[in-house]
Amino acid sequence: MITIKVNGKDYHVDADPDMPLLWVIRDIVGLTGTKYGCGAAQCGACTVHLAGEAARSCVTKLGSIAGRPIVTIEALSANNNHPLQLAWQELNVPQCGYCQSGQLMSAAVLLRENPNPTDQDIDDAMAGNICRCGTYTRIRAAIHKAAQLQREGVKS
Amino acid sequence: MKKMIQGKTRNRIAIFLSIVMFMVAVITVSFTSASKNTKPKPPVTKDSVASVKAFMTVYKVLTNTRCMNCHPAGDSPLQGDDSHIHKMNVKRGVDGKGLYALRCSNCHQAQNTPGLHMPPGNPHWQLPPANMKMVFQGRSPRQLALQLLDPKQNGGRTTAQLIDHMANDPLVGWAWNPGDGRTPPPISRAQMAAQVRLWIAKGAFAPDAQAK
Repeated sequence: MITIKVNGKDYHVDADPDMPLLWVIRDIVGLTGTKYGCGAAQCGACTVHLAGEAARSCVTKLGSIAGRPIVTIEALSANNNHPLQLAWQELNVPQCGYCQSGQLMSAAVLLRENPNPTDQDIDDAMAGNICRCGTYTRIRAAIHKAAQLQREGVKS
Repeated sequence: MKKMIQGKTRNRIAIFLSIVMFMVAVITVSFTSASKNTKPKPPVTKDSVASVKAFMTVYKVLTNTRCMNCHPAGDSPLQGDDSHIHKMNVKRGVDGKGLYALRCSNCHQAQNTPGLHMPPGNPHWQLPPANMKMVFQGRSPRQLALQLLDPKQNGGRTTAQLIDHMANDPLVGWAWNPGDGRTPPPISRAQMAAQVRLWIAKGAFAPDAQAK
């Protein structure tokens, strides 16, 4: 039995320590906002926050968590009101939407560490999150918008 | 009269004691130098030809993909046996561990993830930091030898620490356990460490500028 903390709540998981965190989150904890894309840490759809970092849950083993807190898209904000989520809605960023939870979790790390990102900063942070619909220009615009909202004091 | 005799006796005793102490000191010093002289010293056998020959073997390892991919000339790590630039626009960052949502350990675990094209891993996965990039890519043998010997360019290491890094550092050791689909360096780690020791023991000579 391995205990993990997901979105502030403890879960006692009876699973193989080699099981990818993604499948623990989706199939055992039951939170399906985090998506399976490639299973090889190459697309970013499975991104969650692990001790605040944008970890690829498809290659992160359950046994390696070691007490570090996990946050999924379901708990990025209390009421879907993270500046990024507000900007995403305002600019209608998603098309099919499959990659967007990973995009948001990665962008949240960028905005936390760099409240005023340039286009280059956004490219440096987000190039590992692939979008087959090609919403990149809207993602970039929405991150700038979210940075503005964050500066204006919108709190999640 | 009696007092005079007592005084002379005291003087003689003092002189006798001084002589004894002097002799003890002389004997002690001579023994100390004798023991120093007999202490085995490593023979100083500087040999520029043997030293350079050993370094050229080390050079082949350091410029092999497994070592060079994380000592790139630019700010992106390299990947694969063909040393292509790391996908996903991964950057070095200040501490050598990536930037923002693209930190190395976000994908690279403490061990290799099994399978072709899966992320290799090590608990210390990183590039050299931005303030000391320790570039291997594109360095000539002479340039790399001089760089490795310069603490201002080698991570502040003495030659003893350099040998230890090559022989024992866990991230360096990953090169010989690179996971599926990656070719290890051309010689074993023990062989490489032996050549590093030989290079330094023979005088740590840098190859001449024409060496390739």
